Amino acid sequence: MPEANQPTRAEQNTPSEVPPPGHIDGPFDSRSIDLGRIESLQVLDEHGQVEDGLDPKYDDETLLKVHRAMVLTRAFDARMLAMQRQGQMGTFAPNLGQEACMIGQVWSLGPDDWFAPSYRSFGAQIWRGWSMEHLMRLWAGYHSGFPPPDGVKDLPFSIVIGSHVLPSVGLAMAMRRAQDAHCAVVNFGDGAFSQGSVSEALNFAAVEQAPIVFVCENNGWAISTPIDKQSGNDVLATRGLGFGVRSLRVDGNDILAMMMATQEACRRAREGQGPTLIEAVTYRMSLHTTADDPSVYRDESLVDAWKNRCPIARFETYLANRNLLSSEQADQVRAACEQEVLDARTQFRETAVAEPRQIFDHLYAEMPDELEEQRLEYLRRLDRKGVK
Amino acid sequence: MPSITMVESLNLALDEALAQDNRVCLMGQDIGVNGGVFRVTKGLQARYGKDRVMDSPLAECGIIGTAVGMAIYGMKPIAEIQFSGFSLQAFDQIEQNMSRLRNRTQGRFEISMVMRTPYGGGIRAVEHHSESRETYWAHTPGLKVVIPSGPRNARSLLAAAIADPDPVVFYEPKSIYRAFREDVPEEPETMPLGKAQVVRPGEDITIISYGAMIRPVREAVDDLSDQHGIDVELIDLLTISPMDTTTLVESVRKTGRCIVVHEGHRTCGIGAEVVARLAEHGSFEYLVAPLRRLTAPDLPFPYFQVEQHFLPDPDDVVETACELMNWN
Repeated sequence: MPEANQPTRAEQNTPSEVPPPGHIDGPFDSRSIDLGRIESLQVLDEHGQVEDGLDPKYDDETLLKVHRAMVLTRAFDARMLAMQRQGQMGTFAPNLGQEACMIGQVWSLGPDDWFAPSYRSFGAQIWRGWSMEHLMRLWAGYHSGFPPPDGVKDLPFSIVIGSHVLPSVGLAMAMRRAQDAHCAVVNFGDGAFSQGSVSEALNFAAVEQAPIVFVCENNGWAISTPIDKQSGNDVLATRGLGFGVRSLRVDGNDILAMMMATQEACRRAREGQGPTLIEAVTYRMSLHTTADDPSVYRDESLVDAWKNRCPIARFETYLANRNLLSSEQADQVRAACEQEVLDARTQFRETAVAEPRQIFDHLYAEMPDELEEQRLEYLRRLDRKGVK
Repeated sequence: MPSITMVESLNLALDEALAQDNRVCLMGQDIGVNGGVFRVTKGLQARYGKDRVMDSPLAECGIIGTAVGMAIYGMKPIAEIQFSGFSLQAFDQIEQNMSRLRNRTQGRFEISMVMRTPYGGGIRAVEHHSESRETYWAHTPGLKVVIPSGPRNARSLLAAAIADPDPVVFYEPKSIYRAFREDVPEEPETMPLGKAQVVRPGEDITIISYGAMIRPVREAVDDLSDQHGIDVELIDLLTISPMDTTTLVESVRKTGRCIVVHEGHRTCGIGAEVVARLAEHGSFEYLVAPLRRLTAPDLPFPYFQVEQHFLPDPDDVVETACELMNWN
């Protein structure tokens, strides 16, 4: 873990003579859970070396596929940023430096598992089957970009922070009732964790033993608010324990740790062993969104420290050590991904069509008379303006 | 035909829905063993089990948010919010997910769910237990808002709300939960949403109301007929949104006079919407007197020692009707 050797603020603040909760004898004894320590997981250190005995030894094909997905995520990120700056894209939320979180949290999901993305989750969405052209339509403000593609069991991404977490738990509650042996993964950030509804979601999941994995990407920033202004306890995983949810802290820039942690959490969920909270510690190296200027509130030297923890570089060292990927091959992957993104852009430019006449069509299954009246009024406006 | 109260008829409708469709599930605070604080869900957990009649943690936002997720999956959740004053805790999930996920996914997700909640004054309750804020939900695109006025239409409308493919806010007039009985048929029955009902045809003046207010209005209507010779056309809205504008407009074109009566606050209340529609939709030239609203004032609902003075009563209706009849 990046901060593994430093005591956390939570630890500093805990007087040693106070017994931990759950270890009180008598009527106040904990019902069932062991409110013990937070497990933490790092497999690859910052130099790409495997911690002793921890290598999960995933097969070559999986490792290379995951690597390519991370590179593609970064290529998409860079292109979207450029397109926004060129006036070809709406406001966009970059993901630079969080590629291991993105791919690690969804790689073990099957098509019948559910995934609920937040707006910075596009890498995971691509992995799940959203085409990049589709995501470009989404960010460029086309209605057709919002619904998940056919056959992809994802929620549309959330915009109001944390608003998708409760419905994700509801999905998992329904899955348990239907004896559907799959699971749901929901992705949110450190800022979202301050929303009451996210705490409610953890509580409902624990009470219901819902098959869900909460992945909180703690990237240190919620727009301009740093983690120490967001939370009085900077180990967000401890909150899960408070609700009775198995919780662990993972190096979010370590793809192998993310893969292991979510695979295990999903397996447990599918097998009826209840929810897990994974706090993925990472860093938002880029902007909150293209409407944001971090130089106003952040010393850029903070970012430099995280450049050395680049999840892709770290993984490439590991792959090179396993003789799976030379630097030439890595360059080829980068070039191929860049081309794939450019092809998506071409397709987006050729096919994205605004459909102003359709905006009334999906509010209700059957359009109420009063809405039909408003629709006709609106269509007359379009006619007057000569809009097709 | 059994003669039952509204609490019993709602229980019957829920029982029928649970029996008929295994996608239906109930969730809410204290709805299981306890049967709900008003006993609307009495006995249902024993019959259908804890997974289908679920006692939820005490979090309204959590109840609605998880119900939305269950609906996405294909279940039909019926979420009880213990008092409508607490439903505002769930505003977040109602606005961001329940009301708009169909639209947001271009029709791919169907959020077929019901939020049931008792509303209104008249039971000498503590603060925050007497609100009538149906306007919030009528103002929210994507929702339907339904308010029954008696045992029989409560059962039919709840059945229709459960069957509806879209999210429905179902406000239950708790002051008449047990106030009177009506005969209901043995077989399940339903009635269409979005239709107002002409409860009593009349020629002189139209009175539009809904929910618990129908009772005092009926009393006034009888008085107006018996004591003043005024023939009232009484319309029960039943569905607040979408509103049955046609029925309202036709009536006021006939009578030329209209009063709207409700418990909600006046400013931007349902009455404001009704009179706006009447003004816009060709009633204007038929009017022989101003349109009037009898509503709660724009104040927080007062503490119960004075609540009997707060809501419109039959005398208000009689007086206003007489005033409009004598307008020139």
